[in-house]
Amino acid sequence: MSDLHKLTIADARDKLRAKEITSVELTQSCLDAIDAADSLCAYVHKTPDLAIEAATAADARISAGDAPDMCGIPLGIKDLFCTQGVDSQAASGILKGFKPEYESTVSQKLKDAGTVMLGKLNMDEFAMGSSNETSVYGDAVNPWKVDERNLTPGGSSGGSASAVAADLCLAATGTDTGGSIRQPAAFTGIVGIKPTYGRCSRWGIVAFASSLDQAGPMTKSVRDAAIMLETMCGHDPKDSTSADIAVPNFEAMLTGDIRRKKIGIPKEYRMDGMPAEIETLWQSGTEMLRDAGAEIVDISLPHTKYALPAYYVIAPAEASSNLARYDGVRFGHRATLGAGDGITEMYEKTRAEGFGPEVQRRVMIGTYVLSAGFYDAYYNRARRVRTLIKKDFEDVFAAGVDAILTPATPSAAFGLGEMTDADPVQMYLNDVFTVTVNLAGLPGISVPAGLDAQGLPLGLQLIGRPWEEGDLLNTAYALEQSAGFVAKPNKWW
Amino acid sequence: MLDQTFETPKPKVIAGAKHDWELVIGMEVHAQVASNAKLFSGASTQFGNEPNSNVAFVDAAMPGMLPVINEFCVEQAVRTGLGLKADINLWSAFDRKNYFYPDLPQGYQISQLYHPIVGEGEVIVDMGPGVARRVRIERIHMEQDAGKSIHDMDPNMSFVDLNRTGVCLMEIVSRPDIRGPEEAAAYIAKLRQIMRYLGTCDGNMQNGNLRADVNVSICLPGAYEKFMETGDFGHLGTRCEIKNMNSMRFIQQAIEVEARRQIQIVEAGGTVDQETRLYDPDKGETRSMRSKEEAHDYRYFPDPDLLPLEIEQDWVDNIAANLPELPDEKKARFVGDFGLSEYDASVLTAEVESADFFEAVAKDRDGKLAANWVINELFGRLKKDDHDITDSPVSPEQLGGIIELITKGDISGKIAKDLFEIVYTEGGNPAEIVEARGMKQVTDTVAIEAAVDQIIADNPAQVEKAKANPKLVGWFVGQVMKATGGKANPKAVNETVSAKLGI
Repeated sequence: MSDLHKLTIADARDKLRAKEITSVELTQSCLDAIDAADSLCAYVHKTPDLAIEAATAADARISAGDAPDMCGIPLGIKDLFCTQGVDSQAASGILKGFKPEYESTVSQKLKDAGTVMLGKLNMDEFAMGSSNETSVYGDAVNPWKVDERNLTPGGSSGGSASAVAADLCLAATGTDTGGSIRQPAAFTGIVGIKPTYGRCSRWGIVAFASSLDQAGPMTKSVRDAAIMLETMCGHDPKDSTSADIAVPNFEAMLTGDIRRKKIGIPKEYRMDGMPAEIETLWQSGTEMLRDAGAEIVDISLPHTKYALPAYYVIAPAEASSNLARYDGVRFGHRATLGAGDGITEMYEKTRAEGFGPEVQRRVMIGTYVLSAGFYDAYYNRARRVRTLIKKDFEDVFAAGVDAILTPATPSAAFGLGEMTDADPVQMYLNDVFTVTVNLAGLPGISVPAGLDAQGLPLGLQLIGRPWEEGDLLNTAYALEQSAGFVAKPNKWW
Repeated sequence: MLDQTFETPKPKVIAGAKHDWELVIGMEVHAQVASNAKLFSGASTQFGNEPNSNVAFVDAAMPGMLPVINEFCVEQAVRTGLGLKADINLWSAFDRKNYFYPDLPQGYQISQLYHPIVGEGEVIVDMGPGVARRVRIERIHMEQDAGKSIHDMDPNMSFVDLNRTGVCLMEIVSRPDIRGPEEAAAYIAKLRQIMRYLGTCDGNMQNGNLRADVNVSICLPGAYEKFMETGDFGHLGTRCEIKNMNSMRFIQQAIEVEARRQIQIVEAGGTVDQETRLYDPDKGETRSMRSKEEAHDYRYFPDPDLLPLEIEQDWVDNIAANLPELPDEKKARFVGDFGLSEYDASVLTAEVESADFFEAVAKDRDGKLAANWVINELFGRLKKDDHDITDSPVSPEQLGGIIELITKGDISGKIAKDLFEIVYTEGGNPAEIVEARGMKQVTDTVAIEAAVDQIIADNPAQVEKAKANPKLVGWFVGQVMKATGGKANPKAVNETVSAKLGI
């Protein structure tokens, strides 16, 4: 078996250009790796024939010259993206067998750039979860392991994180509603960026919470994130919330020079009971940026503590409405009805069978907070909190801060099944450092920055100004250079 | 400037067993926006297509599909608002109204609850010459129509047709200013007329493109005036909403029936429950659809897939500058410019097509004569054949030609009617027909004199009688007309006969 699947996008691009390798060889190497990694449960629908076909076409395009950067690069695609003619079921039983007749804008852009889709990746059902344990396909497994314990790759983009970390693709797409790119990236030692809300089109991505959802790349390096993000984003007239703002050449902005950049350290992110290792990592990240010439300033984001509750009102509210379309009438699962059952029974049985417990919980929470009599107390209050959180960030940026450094997660990856009996709120706490970014619509990136005492990866998060992903990526690049994180999981699968 | 002084009509009074009762009515009219594509998708709005053929992915609420606003629908809503003299909100927003039904694929209707595009306006509802009701408009908002569920095609299955799903509706909400069934029908008719003038809704009630929810309550005489003074709904009775009616006749019947039902309850010492009711025209009764307690909780919230709708004042001004002349203005102009009666002007402006037809006929011609011919001859003839003004076999040019021949004295009124029938059935240029078929009126005095002389010579006895009784002049005129085949100018004949007989 070749090791081509271990390449980064940037390296593979250069080798493809130099005709040292072909996309078909690269793709085959990934397909072989995928077939040997079923125990990770990262891929849930494999598309080897389509992949080889796309790789062959990409090779022809590269030979003809002027192929885009991403041409011939094999990728995994999160199951939340609708892919034409290929199962797309958001890891839910309710979309069993659903093969869309359309391609999401983001995956279409990747296709148009000549990338090769290897298959669809595992995730939490409807992107609701932080451990990939709500998937109808079963748990995706983190390639990083402690003793013989299987760990979560995080969620909801757990399959994407696992696949990238285990070199089952060169990179993967993810989506992030409250941390679903950044948290799994941190748990698996890879890079994940959630761009500014409106950067990537949401058209064709199964909706969870429309005002928070954003697609982004999950990659092996910051450079790869820059390359792939540029291909994924851009204005889409089919998504009214997509911004008509020019997309710069992000890779060209990776100078590593962050001298005189002002980096804010928010005191509210220093949580009670935060593991010392996270504190230490944050501290060392701060030192690295200072050493690279950045100015470090203490800042305050006073409404941070209200972010998680506000998020868990707004996201379920939108989800309860977005998921109303899964009713068994037109597509996906429909329950078998008994004699005398009417439309109400069809709805109830279909949705009870099709949705898992976490999705049902959030649909119920969302329905509750939007109900007459509760709307003002919950939903409207949460919206006001959201405005305040956004303003916290605006004030800090207005004061000259260029980026904010925080931990990505409150802990390293935990064991699969460990949280099964816990209060669901314990699971929601995984998003504590990431949800503010979604509520404010800002770009955020998770960069692997070290290992904990058990040898598990930990990530730091950088939060940037809206639409300045280029600048953010450059800061992340500097951090990546300083941190020098090169560890890889030992192959056990 | 339009003269808007008019008298207010008396409210409808229904005599109960104990009291006289007045009616208070408010309406929510759903008007389908005239547009080729739906409110948030490019799918066609064409009526009568194969079921489920006008359906885009977003209309079927496929996963990941997103709505994109159709700018033309926005323009139509703004145009309608301007036509109702309403405030246009430069900032409006869309909300989701959540409920489950198979013909509502998204599980929510996109509507505008909190921030509608059009604010307060008014409609002047004519109730006869010099009498009109001013009905205040509270708001107009845009929303998606639902699809159609079909329950009677199969004993075990229901079917869904999504062709209508997502078509743009304007919901026009009135204040409770309507005071009787006739006013309610006249209000809808006026809205329909205005929207047809504007081209924003075709007003086809049969196809369901215009339908209404009617809120009815009763009150004792004097209570409504107190409500108007204070704005306190406590002065009014509890209202019931009669849902989804698309016939003027049924709307009137339903209001009457519902008012009588409420009167009966109240006079028997009961209270009216606020609820939604349906009118059953076969049984002539309204019946409860759902009570206030059973009312849906629609869980409205701002649609996160759509940004707030912001429009520019310049854009609105441009639409305003290009509004067509509206019925009230047109009617006033017809009265002023052509000297028509208010009644005739109303008849001619009822439909914009009739008004345009009339204007084409009346241009540079005798307006009153043109009005008589359009209303009496043309409309009568069209009605007989079940034709519409838009498919009239007689063009304005042809009818104008006939009127010109009358005015010039080339043909008499009687001949003109024959000529009209020829033009109507056979077509052709009226002047040429008159020439070719020798229908021209004889005004040549020499010819008339010769005819008169002949009749006098042939009837010496009558001449003697006529000298004693001048009324017999008419007999001579008749004879001359007969002899000339009706083509002699009756006035000239009359004068000549009188002169020759020396009367």
